Amino acid sequence: MSASTPAGRKQVHLAAHFPGVNSTTVWRDPGSRSQIDFSSFQHLARTAERGRFDFFFLAEGLRLRERKGRIHDLDVVGRPESLTVLNALAAVTEHLGLAATVNATFNEPYELARRFASLDHLSGGRAAWNIVTSSDAFTGENFRRGGYLDRADRYTRAAEFVEVARALWDSWPSGGTPLTVRHSGPQFDITARATLPHSPQVHPVLIQAGDSDEGREFAARTADIVFTRHGTLEAGRAFHADVKGRLARYGRTPDQLKILPAATVVLGDSEAEAQERAAHIRRQQVSPQTAVATLENVWGRDLTGYDPDGPLPDVEPVPDGELAQGWAHMADRFGIAARWRALAEEKHLSIRELAIELTARQSFIGTPGSVAAAMDEHVQTDAADGFILVPHLTPGGLDEFVDRVVPLLQERGVLRTEYEGRTLRDHLGLGRPAPRPEEAV
Amino acid sequence: MTRELHLSVALGSAGPRSAAHWTGLVQLAELGALDFVTLDDSLDPADGEGRLDAVAVLAHAAARTSRIGLIPTVTTTHTEPFHTSSALATLDFVSEGRAGWLVDVSTTEEAARAVGRRDPAPDAELWAEAADAAEVAARLWDSWEDDAEIRDAATGRFIDRDKLHYADFDGPHFSVRGPSIVPRPPQGRPPVAVALDAQGRDARWELASQYAEIVLLAADSAATAREARTELLSRAGRDDLRVLISVGVTETRDALPELLADWHADAGTDGFHLVTTSPTEELPAVIHDVVPALRARGLFRATHTGHTLRDHLGLARPDSRYAVRTEAAL
Ligand SMILES: Cc1cc2nc3c(=O)[nH]c(=O)nc-3n(C[C@H](O)[C@H](O)[C@H](O)COP(=O)(O)O)c2cc1C
Repeated sequence: MSASTPAGRKQVHLAAHFPGVNSTTVWRDPGSRSQIDFSSFQHLARTAERGRFDFFFLAEGLRLRERKGRIHDLDVVGRPESLTVLNALAAVTEHLGLAATVNATFNEPYELARRFASLDHLSGGRAAWNIVTSSDAFTGENFRRGGYLDRADRYTRAAEFVEVARALWDSWPSGGTPLTVRHSGPQFDITARATLPHSPQVHPVLIQAGDSDEGREFAARTADIVFTRHGTLEAGRAFHADVKGRLARYGRTPDQLKILPAATVVLGDSEAEAQERAAHIRRQQVSPQTAVATLENVWGRDLTGYDPDGPLPDVEPVPDGELAQGWAHMADRFGIAARWRALAEEKHLSIRELAIELTARQSFIGTPGSVAAAMDEHVQTDAADGFILVPHLTPGGLDEFVDRVVPLLQERGVLRTEYEGRTLRDHLGLGRPAPRPEEAV
Repeated sequence: MTRELHLSVALGSAGPRSAAHWTGLVQLAELGALDFVTLDDSLDPADGEGRLDAVAVLAHAAARTSRIGLIPTVTTTHTEPFHTSSALATLDFVSEGRAGWLVDVSTTEEAARAVGRRDPAPDAELWAEAADAAEVAARLWDSWEDDAEIRDAATGRFIDRDKLHYADFDGPHFSVRGPSIVPRPPQGRPPVAVALDAQGRDARWELASQYAEIVLLAADSAATAREARTELLSRAGRDDLRVLISVGVTETRDALPELLADWHADAGTDGFHLVTTSPTEELPAVIHDVVPALRARGLFRATHTGHTLRDHLGLARPDSRYAVRTEAAL
C-alpha cells in the first residue's frame, strides 16, 4: 500500500486551505494581497503543488455575515464561486487535488453531480467535494428553497443527495450507453440520464466537515476524508479513535477514511523567535474592534462603549441575543462568559488580551525541525492522517512552510518527493470506486 | 470609412474530450482576434459522447488565454439565480474581465424530471423567469460598489459596508436577499447575450430589450435583420446593444467572406456569430481563411486592441446602480 514506507511510517497527507473570511486571515499585514484575484489562487495552488500536497481546498459561505443587523466589516470578505475557480486552477496545475466546499441543502443533485463530474473530467481526476449541511433561514433568503432544515433532516438530505449523485456518476460506463437513474425518496424524486460518462475518479473524493454524532456517522458511512477542528494530540486521538471505530459497521477499513484537522503553523529560526512571531500574528488577528466583536458574540449584546484595553464588561450576557448571523451557533453563553471572566481575573487580562488568549491559537509553533517532528508525531500516533493547513496571509502564507518544513518531512520519509499517481484518489491511497451502474426502478 | 464588424464563434456544446482539446479551440479563436466564443449547455440528457458544464470548460480555457471573450450558456429554469450570478462573476474574475452570459431556459420534460423540482412550464413563463434571473444577477453584480473594499487599519474595517447593498428581489419564482458573496466583477456586469429569431416576436424579446447587450440574431435576409435590429433598439431605448447575425459555417465556407461583407453593408448590424457544427474542422478554416479575407477588406481588426469583452465590443463598463443612487441623493 502506498500509505506506508518500508519502515512502516504512515505518510503525512497535506492540503492547502485558501485563507477564509474570518479573523484568522490577516489583511493588515503589508504582505496581504487580493482575496479574489485569480493570481492569488494560482500562487497558493502552485505553492501547494511544489510542496507535493494532496489537494487545495476552498471553503464556502452563501451569505455575508452580519452583526447587529449590518454586514460584518472587520474581516476579509468576498469569495469566488469554488467550482469555477477550481476549473481554472486545473489548467495551471498538474497533480494537485482540487476540493470545493458545496452545500447540500441549497443545491440539487442532478446539477451538482454534473458540475463535479465536469471538474473531474477537466482536471484529469483531481476533484473533491466537501459536503456541508449548514443551513439556516438567514442563508435560505438567497435561495428558491428558502427556510432551513433542522439538524436531523440536514444529514438525511445529505445522505440521500450523495446516494443520487453516486447513482448518476455510476450510470454511464465509458464506451457504453447511459442508464436511466430513477430515485424516489423523501428529499428527491427524479428520473434522469447523466450528461457525462465516467470521469477518471468515477466519484470525486468526498470530504465531510461536521462534528455532531450524525455528522460523524455520515462521515463513517460516506466520506473519504474528514475535515475536523480536533487538532491537539489528545483531542485528535480521541476523535480519530471515535470516527475510525465507526467504520467497521459499514464494512470499511481504517485506511479508507483520512482524518485531516485544520492546522496553522508559525515558524522561526529559534523556538523563541517562533513564539514571538506567533504572538505578533495573534495581535494582528485580533484588532481592538475584533476583540470587542468577539465578546459581543458571547454576550449577545452591543458592547461598543467598552474599552478594548480595559476590563471585561460588567453586564451579563443576553440569553437569546441574536447579534451575529452567519457564525456557528453559540450554545451556553453564560457558561462561556463565566469562564472568560474567571480567566481574565486570574491573569489580569483586558478585553483584547483575553480575545488574543482565547482565539486564533496556532497549532504548530517552532523551528522547521520541531514543527516537522511534531506533525510527524501527530500522524504516527494516530491523532491525524495529515493536515489541512490554513495560512493567515493571502497568498504567500504557505511559502515558508513549503520552503523549510516540506524538505524535512521528505527527509523523514513521510512526504512524497514526487507525485506517484495521477488522481487525487491515488495521492490519498484510496482505491477507485467500483461503479455499480444499474437501472434503479 | 468602412464600419468594422464584430466576429464570434459558437463552438457547440462540449463533449468530455480532454481539457486540452477545448482550450486549443478557444486559443485558436483568440489567435484570430475574435470577439468571443460561445459554448452551449443545457440540463437535457446528452446524445453521443456527453456534455461538460459550459462554465467549467470556459473557466479552464480562461486560465490559458488572455484576450478572447468567453460566453457560456447558463439556463435559468432549474438553477439558482444566486449560484448563477456567483459563477459568472467568478468566470469574469478568472478571465480578468472576459465573461458573458448566454441566457437560456429548459423547456424539456427530461430536464424537469432530472432535477425533479417542478413540471415543465410554457415558454412565456420560462422566459419571464429568465428575465427575473437576469435582473437578480445584475443587482447582485452591482451589490458591491467598486470601491467597497477599503482595508482601513485605523478603524479596523476591511470594507465600507455602506457600499454593500441588498438585492432584495422578490418575484413569483424566487426571492433573493443578497448582497453577492463575490465582489463586483472586473467588467462591472458581464454582458448578457440572448439568441433571437428575426422572424418571431416571442417572450425572449422582452428579456433582450431589457437586459441584453449582445443579441445573436437568426435572420433569413439582410432586410429582416435590419428590421429586427431597428425594432430591438427602439424597444430597448438604448444603443449599448450589439446585434450579431448568426451564420452557419458549413454550407457556405468558401463564399463566406463575400457574403458577410454584403450582409454587413445591407443589414446595418454589428457583425456575425459563426455557428460551427464541427468546430475541430470548421474553426481552422474560419481563422485561417475567413478572418484574413475580412481583414483584407478592412472589415476586421488585426489584433485585440482592448482586454475585456466589453472593450472588444465597445460596450462601456456600467456603474453600480446603487452607486448612482447614492450620488443622486447627495
Ligand atoms: C473544519 C470545519 C470546516 C467547515 N467549513 C465549512 C464551510 O466552509 N462552509 C460551510 O457552510 N460549513 C462549513 N462547516 C460546517 C459543517 O459542514 C457542518 O455543516 C456544521 O458543522 C454542522 O454540522 P454538525 O452539526 O455535524 O457539526 C465546517 C465545519 C468544520 C468542522
